[in-house]
This record gives sequence, C-alpha cells and structure tokens, in this order.
Amino acid sequence: MTTTRSTTTGTEALLRVRDLTVTFATPRGPLDAVRSLDLDLEPGGALGIVGESGSGKSMTSLAIMGLQPRAARRTGSVRLRGRELVGMSQADLRRVRGDRIAMVFQDPLSSLNPYYTVGLQIEEAYRAHRPGVTRRAARKVAVAALERVHIRDAAVRVDHYPHQFSGGMRQRVMIAMALSTEPELLIADEPTTALDVTVQAQILDLLQEIRRETGTGLVLITHDLAVVSEITDHIVVMKDGVCVERGAVEQIFTEPQHPYTRALLDAVPRIDDEIGALRAVAPGSPAARENAARENGDLA
Amino acid sequence: MPRFLLTRISSGLVVLLLVCLFTFVVFFALSPDPAVQICGKNCTPELIDQIRGNLGLDQPFWTQFFLFVAGIFAGRTYGDGAAAVECAAPCLGYSFQSSQAVWDMIVQRLPVSATIAVGAAVLWLLAGLVGGLLSAVKEDTFLDRFTTGLTLTGMSIPNYVLALVLQYVLVVRLQWLPFPQAVRFADDPVQWFGNFVMPWIVLAVGYAAAYTRLTRANVLDVLRENYVRTAYAKGLPQALVWRRHALRPALTPVVTIFGMDFAGLLGGALITETVFGINGVGKMAADSIARNDQPVIMGVTLLAGFLVVVGNIVVDVVYTAIDPRVRVNAR
Repeated sequence: MTTTRSTTTGTEALLRVRDLTVTFATPRGPLDAVRSLDLDLEPGGALGIVGESGSGKSMTSLAIMGLQPRAARRTGSVRLRGRELVGMSQADLRRVRGDRIAMVFQDPLSSLNPYYTVGLQIEEAYRAHRPGVTRRAARKVAVAALERVHIRDAAVRVDHYPHQFSGGMRQRVMIAMALSTEPELLIADEPTTALDVTVQAQILDLLQEIRRETGTGLVLITHDLAVVSEITDHIVVMKDGVCVERGAVEQIFTEPQHPYTRALLDAVPRIDDEIGALRAVAPGSPAARENAARENGDLA
Repeated sequence: MPRFLLTRISSGLVVLLLVCLFTFVVFFALSPDPAVQICGKNCTPELIDQIRGNLGLDQPFWTQFFLFVAGIFAGRTYGDGAAAVECAAPCLGYSFQSSQAVWDMIVQRLPVSATIAVGAAVLWLLAGLVGGLLSAVKEDTFLDRFTTGLTLTGMSIPNYVLALVLQYVLVVRLQWLPFPQAVRFADDPVQWFGNFVMPWIVLAVGYAAAYTRLTRANVLDVLRENYVRTAYAKGLPQALVWRRHALRPALTPVVTIFGMDFAGLLGGALITETVFGINGVGKMAADSIARNDQPVIMGVTLLAGFLVVVGNIVVDVVYTAIDPRVRVNAR
C-alpha cells in the first residue's frame, strides 16, 4: 500500500482544489456557501483555513470529502494526488474517505457514537479499508493507535465507551481513529474549539508531532489565528464563502492586505492591550455577501 | 445492578400500595352499600348486618384496608365459626355478582388478554418499524407522504368503529373470516385464528400508526447526529452506517414505549374485547363496572397497576443492556 502511494507521489500536489463551489437551493434562489475556492497543499504540508463562523470553512472541509449535505451541490475540482474527487462514484469516494483523507471534527463527544466502545469505532474505520482483516488484528491496530496519541493503558481503554473519556481524551480518540489507516491527508475542523485552553495546547502539540512523524498533510480549519500560526505554514482567509486573502503565515501576520484579515488580527486580545471592550469582526454570511452584491448590482 | 434493581422493585411496591389505597378510597367513599347489593330483594336488616360482619364492612376504614392488603399476601378468612370462608393467598375478595374468587376470575381470563396483546404487538411492531424505516429512508418522497397519510388515518379511526366495519366487511359481506365461536387452539386452529385476527388488527392499527411516526422521527434525528457524519467520513459503507450507527440509537426509545404499551395491554383491552365479545380481562372490567362489582373492579385496577410497574422495571433492565451510558451508571 505504501509503495503504490510513493510511486504516484512524484511532484504532484497532495491536494489541489480549483473553483470549488457549494450551492444550496433556497426559496430566494441559489446560495453559494463556498464560492470559487482554490486551495493547494504539498505532500506533508500544513494549510490553515481561517474565518469566522458562517464563513464557509467547515463546508469547505466537508465538500473536499464529498460529505456536503444532500441539499447542496458541489462543483469545481478537488484533486487528491491528481485524482479528481468531484464526480467520483460513491463507491470510489467511500474508499478515499477515511483511508486517504481522514477527518477530525469539532465536538469529539457528539462525533463518537455513545453506543459503542472506542475500540470498535477505531476497528471499523480500519477494517472498512482493509477487507479480510480479522477483528483481532484490527484490535491490535486500535490499541496501537491509542498508544500513539498517548492514551495510557490503551489495552484497557480500548474497551471503554466515549462517555468514560474526558474531552481532550475523546479528541485523542478521534485523532487515533483518523490515523489508524495512515491517511496522507488529515482534515481537522476546529479540533480544539470544544476543549479548554491547556487541553487545546496538548492537542495541537499532538497534531504537530504526528505531522513530523508520519508526514501526513494537514488542513486545519479554525477561527483561532493563534492556532494556525503555531502549526501551519500557509493560510487561507475566508469570509462569506470566498477566499479574501492567502499567503504564508508570516506574511499574513505582518502585512495583512485585506481589511477583513486586519480585523481578524485585531480581534485577537493581546496581553499588552489597553483594557477595554473586545473588538469584534463585522458580521458576515454568504447571504450577507449576496445581499451586498445585489445592492451593488452584481447579480442583476 | 442488583442494588439498582432492588430500589426499582421497592419503589414499585410503594406505587402499588398507593394504587391500592386510592382505589380503596374511591370505592369506600363513592359506592352504595355492597351489603344491600349482595343481599338482594328478600332482605332483612339482620341479614344485612350479618353480611357486613362477614365482609368486615363494619370495621373502621384503616382496618378494612389493612385486611385487604394483608389478604393479598397472606390470605384472609371471611366470617367466623361454621360460616367461615377461607380465601387463599393472593386474595382479592369475591365477586358480588358470581361469588367467584376475583383472583380465579383474573387467572382464567389473563391468557385470553395476553393472546390478544401478543398478537397485536407482533403486528404493530412489524408495521410500525418497517413503515417508519421506509418512511425515513424515502424521506419526502411519495412513499413517505403516503405513509404519513396512512398513519394519520390509522390514528384517528376509533377502535370500535374499525372493529364494527371490519366485522361487517370481512365476516358478513366477504365471508373471508368465520363467524366467531369459542374454541381452543388445539381443537380448531383455523377457527381460533379467525376469532383473534380481527381483534389483533383493530388493536394494532392505532399503535402501528404511532410507532411508524416515532420510528421515522427517531431515525431522521439520528441521521443528523455528528457520529453518523463521522461514520461516513471513515468510509463505512452506507448499509453499515445505517445498521450500526443509526438503527440502534433510533430504536432504543421505541423499546421504552413498547414496554409500557404492552404491559398496559396485558391488563385487558377494554373496548376491543367488549366489541368482539372476547372474554378477557378487559371485558371483565367493563362488565364489573357496569354492575358495580367492587371487588372485581379493584382486582382489575390492581392488576393493571401491577403490570405497568413490572413493565417499567423490565424496560429499565433492558435499557441497561442496550445503552452503555445507563449500564455504567447503574453499577
């Protein structure tokens, strides 16, 4: 499996997204939750997608996997190592999901099924892509995966249910599950948002460590600029479903071009700030963008 | 687990005691003097006093209540001397009408009510689960809307109307079913089945409709859960996502409701049994109410309470097996 992958590697980009658009039909006409988005990620690279809630960043991550809601239409191009995922059959897409692209979601408690042990949920992720693997072998993989994310007594914990883990531990379980198949791309959608600050730092360290050790590419979606600055090397700033600015981390932080990026940076509270009201970013949404566009006569 | 079971059982007993007290108060306060009733037409004041004495009706309220409750667990003796009547352990008294022991009357009719309840339950579970699942899978299609229409109809037809219509159509007009006759299953299975199939259907229709709605709503809810999205993101095949990640959480609440509904039905289907003239606990209850036969009414009420309490405990135990979150807390 590893050998076939390395032969196709070459100089190809790990992920190349072009003109990705996700459209919902609404009573007031079609609405683009994501519009004409381009993303590039080299093998082993780390890309941050930043924006406020409603900016379309989560929809982007789901659309890369083909997991957008049934009511939504996805157009454009998503290539994983040159292989087009848009328009791919459900059967082929299923083989990509979880195996080559894995995902970690925001809320680890609701993202794990409360009715099954974490072991079973890791095992099924692994076995879905390794037909013929026995439960016993999959269980070993599950224990090893838990060990890799530094869960102590993994051999015992593997038989525990999600509610028996703390929030940070649950997110570790999610990461272990995602990594069990050795994916080449990991999409983490707000992986630390539901966690408290010290646990956030631990999870970010873990993601860094995994990236170093496995060379997995990472797309990190967050509203937290501090998080992206720590982990990723490139940033895409999204607002109202479109990319407003992109570039290397240092460049974005030192010379933000778009007013929205500046507003986002200003919204981060700093320790040397005067004490006063927190600065907010002007609220936006895809609908707001459409409205603004209508007023400007763009959508006549 | 044993400790959790113990608490549930003891609280169940308290509930039953309260049900006892409540029924006792109602009949004590509201009904005409049973002694007069039993005595009949050719009655003398001495005779009434004698009956009162035998039944313990001359005792104060709490003594009577205590004797009643004690009779259930230890049996009791009515009257004294040569006229004494021994009422064995689960003693619920004697019918004013037939002088039969209430316990015996219940034991006789319980299997009939159980037959109706089990048959109907099988029907409504099948129809409700299949209908609900199909409706959820085919959400917003013609099939879904058709099922919704059907369930609304099913829920709004009164039992007795459906029973009469079915009797007229299936037995009188089409003659697909035989005219009801009292037979035992072993003697004539076809006739036996013919007797019960209509009550089963009549009883099942309302429940089937409700269960269809419930199942559909639960499945659709669960399909929106984050863990279902995770399952898809892991690349699990659709069938496995449904079977493992959607069905079990969606059907767990159905188990609760089913336990209660089924337990309630075991205590007799009043209307259905009466309309079809089936001699179960339900019909007995209806008859005893019509004749103000207090011991029987109290016996049936207690039975219903007992079944609901037991049903609840069974549901709780089953729940600990289905839902791991409950399981661990119960330990």
